[in-house]
Amino acid sequence: MTGFEVPVLSVKNLNKQYGPGCLYCKDKSSDSLGKNYCQVCGTVYACRDVSFEVFPGEVLGIVGESGSGKSTLMQCLYFDQEVTAGGAFVSSYENGEKNLFQESSQQQRYIRNHIMGKVYQNPLLGLRMNFSSIGNIAEKLIAAGSNHVGVMEDRGTDLLNKVNIPVHRRKEAPKNFSGGMQQRVQIAKALSNNPPILLLDEVTTGLDLSVQASVLDLIKGLQRELSISIVLVSHDLGVIRMLADRTLVMLEGQVIEEGLTDQILEDPQHPYTQQLVHSLL
Amino acid sequence: MNTAYNFAFFDEGSKREIRRATLKAIAIPGYQVPFASREMPIGRGWGTGGLQLTLSLIGKRDVLKVIDQGSDESVNAVNIKKLVSDTTGIITTDYTAEATLIQSRHRIPEVPLTKDQILVLQVPLPEPLRYYEPSESETKKLHAEKEYSGAWLMLFEQIMKYGSMTTGADHPVLVHDRYVMAPSPIPRFDNSKMNASEALILLGAGREKKVYAVPPYTKVVSLDFEDFPFEPETFEDKQCRLCGSTGVFLDELVDELTDETVYQCNDTSYCLEKLNTVGVK
Repeated sequence: MTGFEVPVLSVKNLNKQYGPGCLYCKDKSSDSLGKNYCQVCGTVYACRDVSFEVFPGEVLGIVGESGSGKSTLMQCLYFDQEVTAGGAFVSSYENGEKNLFQESSQQQRYIRNHIMGKVYQNPLLGLRMNFSSIGNIAEKLIAAGSNHVGVMEDRGTDLLNKVNIPVHRRKEAPKNFSGGMQQRVQIAKALSNNPPILLLDEVTTGLDLSVQASVLDLIKGLQRELSISIVLVSHDLGVIRMLADRTLVMLEGQVIEEGLTDQILEDPQHPYTQQLVHSLL
Repeated sequence: MNTAYNFAFFDEGSKREIRRATLKAIAIPGYQVPFASREMPIGRGWGTGGLQLTLSLIGKRDVLKVIDQGSDESVNAVNIKKLVSDTTGIITTDYTAEATLIQSRHRIPEVPLTKDQILVLQVPLPEPLRYYEPSESETKKLHAEKEYSGAWLMLFEQIMKYGSMTTGADHPVLVHDRYVMAPSPIPRFDNSKMNASEALILLGAGREKKVYAVPPYTKVVSLDFEDFPFEPETFEDKQCRLCGSTGVFLDELVDELTDETVYQCNDTSYCLEKLNTVGVK
């Protein structure tokens, strides 16, 4: 990626804290910065000054141990949680001039339906388990203004076909599906309105290896075909190695290292990253 | 008249509270206004919401008609009439045109209502999005943001499952281009009577503690899709076996002896009136 391209998504100094904070932990020079919580007032700093940019057609990987703030970051980006401070800008929304976090909740809903798609680690969060699979996709299409059943049915069937859900099961509810299938329905749902940005939160965690491989293959294929930008969160370096062009490493809510994936994996600089890479068999 | 109670059963303060909620409901067509639903001498789910509206509105010169599923003589209707006339001393009627206040369960009378009448409907489930979103705080947000894809999604699911919209009653409507509303379980046949109705329509849900309203001459549109337009029940080539009416809501009855299917007016007072003026077919 050249530096002259306009980023699709840029996140600036995103902060998310749980608790009011106190004089001690607001003082950046104090020891409390080493950990992501304040020993005095107990405030948890889930994300601290996270900034990054995603360029067109790029896959950005985010790695980090459990509790490092990866999922919180994704939830903030999809407006599932409110940020404490910071900004996010999307080039396809108001020319990237408006901070998404300061928009009204209706506008945020619009952005969720038109500009972003998200796949959750837990399919229960991303799907309506009692509605049909095709209905799940239609939900996003209706929210984006579609009012034609035939068009929506065709589009839904198309998408489910793309993620290898057999056509005769498209009217079945996702609760009857296996974990891998549910994950694929989620991907189809996230893609329903052709969003320029796709957020993937630990999509393969908890799936067995062969299913993992098929889901990863699918994501890779779709990414090439549709050239969408993807933010991919995972604690699995194998997934990152396979999919991500560029990688951020997070620890205690902070980005500690950033670079091309190969560079991070072959020549880690930060002690934590070194440890992480070495722990890979 | 029973003088052990205040006029119209309630004390004046209670009536005022319900009227205040009613006024707010009329000011915001289709919006569900919470109110302090009272314990009534009839069971919850037996029309307490409608009854409370009736009692709070009734005056000494009012004429009351109560309908239960089209019938003036079923247990529910008779008991409500008894309670109201016992505590107010007003007269009741079966004839729609004579009544100033009409409390109804699941039907809108066949005789067109006038601007001098108020129709009170009993509502079991006031929230049109309940099946889609179980949480009350979430549905409140959805209403506030005019996010009604869930309402259309439920219809989409019916089409996917059964090939057409199958809401037998309580087909959701959009009121005044703003709020989606459950019209109480009236048949689809009656939905169009709500649009630009001359009479004020009030809806009360006692168990769910909500009142809402359709003011006179308000636009009420039944939800549908471009390729699946809203269709009321049709009774083509069928007529009432007693009065010979066509173009009214008919009940289907099966004569068990002859196995013959016959049709009869659902609105008994309409049928009776026609028989009295025109004579037996």
